[in-house]
Amino acid sequence: MRYGGVAAVRGVSLEVRPGEIVGLIGPNGAGKSSTLHAIMGLVRPSGGDVELDGRSLRGRPPEAVARSGVALVPEGRRIFGELTVEENLRLGLSGRRSQDGASEDVERVIEMFPVVGEFRRRHAGVLSGGQQQQLAIARALVSAPEVLLLDEPSLGLSPTVTDLVFGALETIREDGMAILLVEQRAQRTVALSDRSLVLANGEVRLTLTPDDAGDTERMIQAYLS
Amino acid sequence: MTGLLASGLTDFLSSAVDPQVQVDAIGIGSIYALMAVGIGLVFGVLRLVNFAYGQLVMAGAFALAFASDRDWPVWGGIALCFLVVIALSLAMDRVVFRPLRTQSAATMLVATFAVAFLLQAVALLIDQSDDTLGEPAASLAKLNLPWTIWGTEVRKITVVAIVTAIVCLVALVLFLGRTTVGLQMRAASMDFETARLLGVRANRVIGSAVLVSGILAAVVAVMMTVQQPLVTSTFALRETIVVLAGVVLGGMNRLISATLGGFAIGYASGLLGGALPTAQSQYLPSFLFGLVIVILILRPGGLFTRAGGAVERV
Repeated sequence: MRYGGVAAVRGVSLEVRPGEIVGLIGPNGAGKSSTLHAIMGLVRPSGGDVELDGRSLRGRPPEAVARSGVALVPEGRRIFGELTVEENLRLGLSGRRSQDGASEDVERVIEMFPVVGEFRRRHAGVLSGGQQQQLAIARALVSAPEVLLLDEPSLGLSPTVTDLVFGALETIREDGMAILLVEQRAQRTVALSDRSLVLANGEVRLTLTPDDAGDTERMIQAYLS
Repeated sequence: MTGLLASGLTDFLSSAVDPQVQVDAIGIGSIYALMAVGIGLVFGVLRLVNFAYGQLVMAGAFALAFASDRDWPVWGGIALCFLVVIALSLAMDRVVFRPLRTQSAATMLVATFAVAFLLQAVALLIDQSDDTLGEPAASLAKLNLPWTIWGTEVRKITVVAIVTAIVCLVALVLFLGRTTVGLQMRAASMDFETARLLGVRANRVIGSAVLVSGILAAVVAVMMTVQQPLVTSTFALRETIVVLAGVVLGGMNRLISATLGGFAIGYASGLLGGALPTAQSQYLPSFLFGLVIVILILRPGGLFTRAGGAVERV
């Protein structure tokens, strides 16, 4: 994938199966977010393909990718601050392939993130950062995606809320969803994910397993490689 | 000199508070508010200032003149007006705006200028085909007759304009607030990319905005044609420029502020036009636009936006 003449991501190949979390870690500018943007159709890759259940998503606009079963929790949450929490959730329903079971899914998501239900009539803009992040994840989940992409969901969150978010990801994985997690908290991501790819300068440098999470030396080397 | 000024101001103020002048000003403000909503809706989702909006109104007026010329019933003329304006509005989006959607705002603005002048040139050709300037649309003229309400003569069209504007605005508020498409339009006007990432279909949202905008242009065409039954190729051109100024004056980034801006400039225009002596009404446009410049210097974010110029949309 290129921005102008500069290659942002090269030769990255990854697969996420149902019930699996794949972590994507690496320093700033490594190409993590660009990879997610390419999957979502926000930027057109100069080569390669993106497939969901064997169907190519390449060249499709973002709304078509979302409607085919891929949801993104974007960096910075990007919730609609002027809309209510409930309206933000209703927007999440736009990406559903079928409206059957929508209200059950909404209830289930509220169970996972009670704050979303508690403040459903409030404007999303008045929520705290942690509450907004929970809303952003809830909004993505109500679209009932097959694949959930998260771009730095713990950015700027307190340790308590980060625990909550990572705990929720484990629950979502148990439900059988495929998760691709872009994160800066490397050790935590490696520990949570089934496998983690270390990206640097747009290339995959290393693949780590949860066993590597405790090996601080290896983690540092992976980042410095 | 001071005495002369004071006497002029007293005359102006006594005319300005005259109920008939007030009602007329509110009527003009209502029509301009509807135009502002039409322009503001498309701006909200496309970030496009549609300069060709006035030509949609003009096309509707020509449709009314066409129907009037053939002695169609009033409802037939109005139906044709809606059909023509909505079709033209959707065609404008499909043929010009959609292919240019990813281009810069400047490119799209220039495209709307081109569309405006193209439609105006076509209208001129149609108008001149019978060797007379202007096409009369007389079938709606009855609405220009006055009612006497508590001793004040009020033209029927003024009442119709005010009531129609209220009904349209309430309907729009319900549409934007209660329907899924309305919610998607509001979200798209705040952050289109995020809305698309959630599965909101860009074409559907933009098409809806263009459709509603077209319906409002048709409503405006009917009301303006009643007041100006001679339809020419420059029909609604001046009004569009004034409304665009009003939309910027009110604040483009929110539909409510754009609407209030449209109403305010229409009201001010009606008030000054009604209260100023005939000999001085020639100064009205320069005074009006001078006022717009002063207000924009003082409040560049718009008259009806929150202090600090927060960029919030719809």
